[in-house]
Amino acid sequence: MVEADALVSAREEVLARLRAARDAGAPRGGVPPTPREYRRVGALAAGSAEVVDRLEETVTEYRAVVFRAAGPGDVPAVLASVLEGVGSVVVPPGLPTTWTDGLAVTVRRDDPPLSVPELDGLDAVLTGASVAIADTGTLVLAAGEPDQGRRAITLVPDHHVCVVDAAAVVSSVPEALARLDPTRPLTFVSGPSATSDIELDRVEGVHGPRRLDVVLVGPPRA
Amino acid sequence: MSSTDLGMPTTAPDGVGFLRGSEPFPAAAHRALADTQLRRNLGHATRTIRAKRAGVVAEVPDWEELRRAGEAIKADTMARLPELLEQLEASVTARGGVVHWARDATEANAIVAGLVRDTGADEVVKVKSIATQEIGLNEALAEQGITATETDLAELIVQLSDDRPSHFLVPAIHRNRSEIRDIFLRAMPGVDPDLTDDPRRLAMAARAHLRRKFLSARVAISGANFAAADTGTISVVESEGNGRMCLTLPDTLITVMGVEKVVPRWSDMEVFLQLLPRSSTGERMNPYTSTWSGVTPGDGPQTFHLVLLDNGRSNVLASEDGRSALHCIRCSACLNVCPVYERTGGHAYGSVYPGPIGAVLSPQLTGISGPDDPNASLPYASSLCGACFDACPVRIDIPNLLVQQRAASIAAHRTPTAQDLAMRTVAAAMVSPGRFRAAERVLGLGRFAGRSGRIRFLPYPGSQWTSARDAPAPPAETFRQWWKRTRS
Ligand code: SF4
Repeated sequence: MVEADALVSAREEVLARLRAARDAGAPRGGVPPTPREYRRVGALAAGSAEVVDRLEETVTEYRAVVFRAAGPGDVPAVLASVLEGVGSVVVPPGLPTTWTDGLAVTVRRDDPPLSVPELDGLDAVLTGASVAIADTGTLVLAAGEPDQGRRAITLVPDHHVCVVDAAAVVSSVPEALARLDPTRPLTFVSGPSATSDIELDRVEGVHGPRRLDVVLVGPPRA
Repeated sequence: MSSTDLGMPTTAPDGVGFLRGSEPFPAAAHRALADTQLRRNLGHATRTIRAKRAGVVAEVPDWEELRRAGEAIKADTMARLPELLEQLEASVTARGGVVHWARDATEANAIVAGLVRDTGADEVVKVKSIATQEIGLNEALAEQGITATETDLAELIVQLSDDRPSHFLVPAIHRNRSEIRDIFLRAMPGVDPDLTDDPRRLAMAARAHLRRKFLSARVAISGANFAAADTGTISVVESEGNGRMCLTLPDTLITVMGVEKVVPRWSDMEVFLQLLPRSSTGERMNPYTSTWSGVTPGDGPQTFHLVLLDNGRSNVLASEDGRSALHCIRCSACLNVCPVYERTGGHAYGSVYPGPIGAVLSPQLTGISGPDDPNASLPYASSLCGACFDACPVRIDIPNLLVQQRAASIAAHRTPTAQDLAMRTVAAAMVSPGRFRAAERVLGLGRFAGRSGRIRFLPYPGSQWTSARDAPAPPAETFRQWWKRTRS
């Protein structure tokens, strides 16, 4: 390798160059402190009926389909209608069994972990979410959460059903990041997979799930 | 490499990668301007994206505060880049990743090829990464018998047609739907011969083509949009899910990242995850953003390598003004609003970094070897209208940098002409966008306009290509005023 021939390691040399450059190009007068005058908290209160309604709007604009469940007790019935006609669904190890007990669907729990070909043979995936951002219509999945599981299970099946509790809905991006643990893999999902690569027009459905259904659990519409 | 070089900021080496074209901008632009199909494709695409961006930016009440925060975070990053990189290295290493350092393109390519060889794989899947285009990684891997498959739709179009990327976000922006269909019919094995040019059908063809590769790939190569020094968290921002496929399913992940992509804190992502998607695809949020720190047992690649690349960045950092070109988050907003880019497209710039930011970044990365260096002409690839500054989510003062670069090029390499001296005077006046606009009014771009109301003449070497441009410039207005008026 190149490194073995060098008198100094690439690491030492790159760092030495950058130190010299940092000083040579240092701004006269130093660098001012970062102004953080942007909004840390959004317009709508976290978990409120209004913020959930706004999430419904922004998620729907990505052509995901939103369903409402008035409370946790209604989730199984709503899921039964969302998953009508679906043959098989993978769920993370810790998804509440009450959600799936009565479903007329083959439920595969990802425990022990299913192989990629096995996932590829399943119709859908059903998970919860850690946080949802109403301003942007974004759901955030945190890998390893009991009701969210490994990243692969929400990627390979072509249809993702995501249950979002009102308590997890915030208005803004800063509020969402404050709730997340960056040391576990995070996936921010805003609508079904899409591309803008052909004449910069958005077309839904490329490599990720082509269908995204979101079940919002909580206060009825404001 | 001799020890006497140690510690000197260094430009990117010639002869490897794609930071420099084979001819100066005026010659390349001249050809592009003659291609009416290209101009139609670009005009349509950039108009679409400008409208979308304007809509989603307008709905953010604190957009200017976010821009100022983004600008300041980047300036702070540059002021302590070596320290932050050491912190990033420690964070990634503590979470099971392996960090490599590369002085230049050749060294980065050798590191990546060696890592791929060690896995025994002769095929890799790639997520769009401008840094790996910059260093010519695919070509270097091919020399080692390793096939790299681009998985981003636009990159795939470019790869299948043996073409070069022409835009950050949409590398195949210069192609319209029927051209894309023809490329797929010609070069995509097993494609449906009845494929139409419906974008949905084209996207489905790409899905079918790549799916088997994703599900069986053992090694993936990615770039990085951001890397938080405090937590070692890398972010990749994408749309199609090809990024998620590459970052999740293979056993080994190799991420190649320019050193300037580090940010101090994970919490800084609250600024950039608002600025980037709205500026880039003109959406409130892009479909998928993935973040990860090192290796997570039982989830995703169990081997993670991070390659930190200099390749001329130290040279850019050494310039007090020029270093702000390293703040770029590659959103491509400045390309989409640039009247020059809209007409010439990205290929004319020669480098993988096109448009206004490319015109100031590429010459700084490579250095200028003399007046015949193709990159010497790039700072002139602009009408100095100022639209790029207004669009830039991290407030890079590109017009100011362009003028500084012109002056630097003149000072270093030629006996100045009267025109050059005028430029140098302008450069001295340009310490802020406000003063820039004032200076621009004094200089009056309108005085270069002929009776037909078209700009006929710009100072050398801009003069070599202004004859082919058709930008109307009513003498009573500055170019910028005209632009504002005709756009709104
Ligand atoms: S210079 Fe600014 S506007 Fe241009 S691509 Fe970079 S961040 Fe975007």
